[in-house]
Amino acid sequence: MEQTEADLIAAVLRGNAASFEPLVQRYSPRVFATARRYARRESEVEDIAQEVWLKAFEKLKSFRSEAPFEHWLMRLTVRTCYDFLRGHQRNRELSFSDLTEPENDWLERFVVQPETASENAEAAKLLVGRILERLSPPARLVITLLEIEDRSVKEIAQLTGWSVPLVKVRAFRARAEMRKILANMAMDKYL
Amino acid sequence: MTPSKKWGCMNIAELQKKLLAAARANPPGDRVPYAFEKRVTALLAARAATDPLTLWVRGLWRAAVSCVAIALLLGAWALFNPTASTNADDLSQNFENTLLASVDQTDQAQ
Repeated sequence: MEQTEADLIAAVLRGNAASFEPLVQRYSPRVFATARRYARRESEVEDIAQEVWLKAFEKLKSFRSEAPFEHWLMRLTVRTCYDFLRGHQRNRELSFSDLTEPENDWLERFVVQPETASENAEAAKLLVGRILERLSPPARLVITLLEIEDRSVKEIAQLTGWSVPLVKVRAFRARAEMRKILANMAMDKYL
Repeated sequence: MTPSKKWGCMNIAELQKKLLAAARANPPGDRVPYAFEKRVTALLAARAATDPLTLWVRGLWRAAVSCVAIALLLGAWALFNPTASTNADDLSQNFENTLLASVDQTDQAQ
C-alpha cells in the first residue's frame, strides 16, 4: 500500500531517512521545472535541485502540516533559485553583436511587421532567455513569477518572503529594467 | 527602411509583451535525471555518517569562538567600567605603598 505524504514526513522525522526518497521522487519534476527557469546549464539545474532537497531534509522539522507539503517545498525552491541568481550575477549588458542570426532575423521581422514575429518561434524563446539573464536577481525573479508564471502579487509575497508592497515596487522596477535592456539592445542595432 | 527609421518604428513595450508571451508559450521541461532520488538519499546518508573527528573539530571551533567572545566582553568591561578602573588604581597604589613602606620610613627617620 502506498504511504501518504503525511506518513512519509512523520517517518522521516522519526529518523527513517529512507522515507524521504518517495517524496523526492514525487516532487522532483516540479523542483526541476522551477530551477530550469533560472539556470540554463543542466549541471546548475541539478545543483539547485539537490540543494533544495538537502535543505528540505534539514528543515523538515519546521514544516507545519496545515499547509500542503508542495507549497512549503516550492517556497524553498524559489528561495534557493533566488540565492543561485544572486551568487551567479552575469554581465548585464546585452549588445547587438551577442545575438545569433535567428534572433536577429526575428527582431528584424518584429520591427518590419510585428504580427509576423511569432512568440512560438525558437528565436523568440532564446532571445527572451538571453534578456532575462541580463536582469538583476530580484527583477528576474519577479518577472518570472508575475509575468511568465502568471502568479498573483500575494502568492509571490508568500513564495519569496517579501512584503506585498515590496513585490509591487520590485515588479515596477523589473519591467523598467527589462525595457531599458531592450532599448539599449535596439539602439545598438539600429543607431 | 533605414536603420534609424526602424529604430523609430520599434515599439519597446510591444516587444517586451511579445517576448514575455514567448517565455509563457515555452515552459521549461520537468525531466528529472535518472535515479536522482537515489543520489539525494545517498548524500543524506553520507552526511549522517560524518566522522567523529569532524564533530570534535566543529565542537572545538564553537568553544574557541565562545572563549574569544567572553574575552572580548571582559576586556571591554575592564576598559570601560569606571569603578573597575578606580579599584585597579587603588590596588596598584596600595601595592606600591606597601612595597615602598620601609623606604618611606627610612626617609622620614632621616
